[in-house]
Amino acid sequence: MATEILMPALSPTMEEGTLAKWLVKEGDTVSSGDIIAEIETDKATMEFEAVDEGVMGKILITEGTEGVAVNTPIAVLLEDGEDASALPAASAPAPATEAAAPVAAEATPAPAQASAPVAVVEVTPDWPEGTAMKTMTVREALNSAMAEEMRSDETVYLMGEEVAEYQGAYKISQGLLDEFGDKRVIDTPITEHGFTGLAVGAAFGGLKPIVEFMTFNFAMQAIDHIINSAAKTLYMSGGQMGAPMVFRGPNGAAARVGAQHSQDYAAWYAQIPGLKVVMPYSASDAKGLLKTAIRDPNPVIFLENEILYGRTFDVPDLEDFTVPFGKARIWREGTDVTIVSFGIGMQYALEAADRLAEDGISAEVIDLRTLRPIDYDTVLASVMKTNRCVTVEEGWPVGSIGNHLSAHIMQHAFDYLDAPVINCTGKDVPMPYAANLEKLALVTTDEVVNAVKSVTYR
Amino acid sequence: MAARKSTRAKPNVSKDELLGHYKEMLLIRRFEEKAGQLYGMGLIGGFCHLYIGQEAVVVGLEAATEEGDKRVTSYRDHGHMLACGMDPKGVMAELTGREGGYSKGKGGSMHMFSKEKHFYGGHGIVGAQVPIGAGLAFSDKYKGNDRVTFTYFGDGAANQGQVYEAYNMAELWMLPVVFVIENNQYAMGTSTKRSTKSPSYWERGAAYGIPGEEVDGMDVLAVKAAGEKAVAHCRAGKGPYILEVKTYRYRGHSMSDPAKYRTREEVQKMRDERDPIEQVREMLLTGGHATEDDLKSIDKDIKAVVNDAAEFSKTSPEPALEELWTDIYVDA
Repeated sequence: MATEILMPALSPTMEEGTLAKWLVKEGDTVSSGDIIAEIETDKATMEFEAVDEGVMGKILITEGTEGVAVNTPIAVLLEDGEDASALPAASAPAPATEAAAPVAAEATPAPAQASAPVAVVEVTPDWPEGTAMKTMTVREALNSAMAEEMRSDETVYLMGEEVAEYQGAYKISQGLLDEFGDKRVIDTPITEHGFTGLAVGAAFGGLKPIVEFMTFNFAMQAIDHIINSAAKTLYMSGGQMGAPMVFRGPNGAAARVGAQHSQDYAAWYAQIPGLKVVMPYSASDAKGLLKTAIRDPNPVIFLENEILYGRTFDVPDLEDFTVPFGKARIWREGTDVTIVSFGIGMQYALEAADRLAEDGISAEVIDLRTLRPIDYDTVLASVMKTNRCVTVEEGWPVGSIGNHLSAHIMQHAFDYLDAPVINCTGKDVPMPYAANLEKLALVTTDEVVNAVKSVTYR
Repeated sequence: MAARKSTRAKPNVSKDELLGHYKEMLLIRRFEEKAGQLYGMGLIGGFCHLYIGQEAVVVGLEAATEEGDKRVTSYRDHGHMLACGMDPKGVMAELTGREGGYSKGKGGSMHMFSKEKHFYGGHGIVGAQVPIGAGLAFSDKYKGNDRVTFTYFGDGAANQGQVYEAYNMAELWMLPVVFVIENNQYAMGTSTKRSTKSPSYWERGAAYGIPGEEVDGMDVLAVKAAGEKAVAHCRAGKGPYILEVKTYRYRGHSMSDPAKYRTREEVQKMRDERDPIEQVREMLLTGGHATEDDLKSIDKDIKAVVNDAAEFSKTSPEPALEELWTDIYVDA
């Protein structure tokens, strides 16, 4: 009985990959555990082992093929004695029940290409009209932002776990070691509390560290230094010294990584005076805001998202493109309701706006981009126009950014509101592992659509 | 004063050096006594951790530094600030929360800094200054100079995990940092005996390849000699060094500590037999470097400096109300 070998999911967020190289050819005998191919994911090149033994019957995907979706049959393995000529000409698609990573695919329904069609109305342009654009992933945008700033300022350096020789756990620092050397791109031991404190000391001493946390979940080990040492020293020293530095890394849920690796810290850090907090959605914001963060003379929390790393956006092709803090971006103009979000929440906000448009509801979608400072003015102006507001974020409901915005809107635009503000958030539970429960725990486009219908009384 | 044997003969110590140590230690002691008094009068609030008894540690080590060397410590920081040359007026006015304080009154006893004197705080979270100190040393190594950072912490902090994270990285990256464990034998009310079965703190660096030694912290000359050795090690690019300086605080952990965890006799014995200032006084007198009258005159001068500082700390105005909203961010 011939067995199909399927394109494997080699990371929690992998949706497709490149079949870089076959290490076996048709007719070769393979045993379980033999390395049969090299596959490039969005993060790394991985070796792919055979699970079953047999003879390589037919290679269905030639090496060098890019964009091979997870679970696509890539080869057929024959049992000893089976004849390759007996194979059906075309392989049937893999049955759904064997799908290895259906949740990642469902929870993140907009892979690279799919995010492009969202109608973008530039109301507050971040770049001059007519600027040439190029497409870039969020990953590439972050990488180029760091490289550009490191080129222009010798005191900027990067430290963290696996940032140098491994080229970054999520490949954000790929190539930086080669360009800048091990003095400025530094692998640390697994010691978040220690290396964060050390980086704060280096900032006191006149350097501008970029501290990469492999994920922000691990930054809880270091949060004392982020808050007590980095954020408060300028004040405690009467303005004599502070910590010009950036803390960055993926934040929030990835896919199927469970409770301890799936937390959104936006509201936590946004509460701290002395910190600036950035949470970009698009690649252009990732690039422009990270450059601004590195130049900022204060400690900046820069919250990225693993699922967004591989997304492609248009980025202005400018020599030195920056985005200022405290300026929200209106992604889409509308008249019936204001949807305010940031980070990966924007995905749900924009999808909801598309669907609402089909029902004749015109939603204005605002991306806050920075949470400290927050651009209250843009939000208030929009709410005064639409008279309704829904906030969207992935974090927990209690003490959320949405709660804070609701209070601010109530205090400053109470008479303009035609309905209570609704906060769409993640559910008030630790993140479950089971695929169906995880999906339930996250904020969804349906919830945003329903909230908008509720505030518009539709 | 009880008579005591003078410490080891140190024929090569000059009169000027001995007098210098004497004056600096006495300044710290008188300053701290005054701070305790002002606390009792309600002029200083919150936490106030006095350095009385430990003066030889910081005075001895400061004598081993050069211009541009850095220092960082915990919240028991008044002595460190005075020893590195910060103005007693600015320190005292910070204790009273006044505009003339080093942090404009916004830091308090535990949080003072001086860029000019390379004093980086003044940290209130036990042990947090240790990786920060390693980071200051990292910045000097990055810049390619040969400056050294003195990172002070107590026997209590020595049980914090981040100390060992810092040790590991400091040796891994050969950072020019002297880790100074001021072992005053009590972490607030918990004696070293009750907090560890590994009481030789200096030896703990061996696990990371960091050399170290124990020093008599009541003997300013011994401390200075050890400091010079440690600094030479760091400046030569050989990485970090650990000094465990055995010392003793006469007062409670903070002003609100009744110190019931040790006997009055234990404290008195230490004062009578090991006092760091009395040891130098003895050397000055027996060595013929100073007369009782000379020392009285020095004492008078120091009292005047401390009284001036106290006066300034009372008359300097409270910070302007607008100061609440300043120094949160540097303008980008």
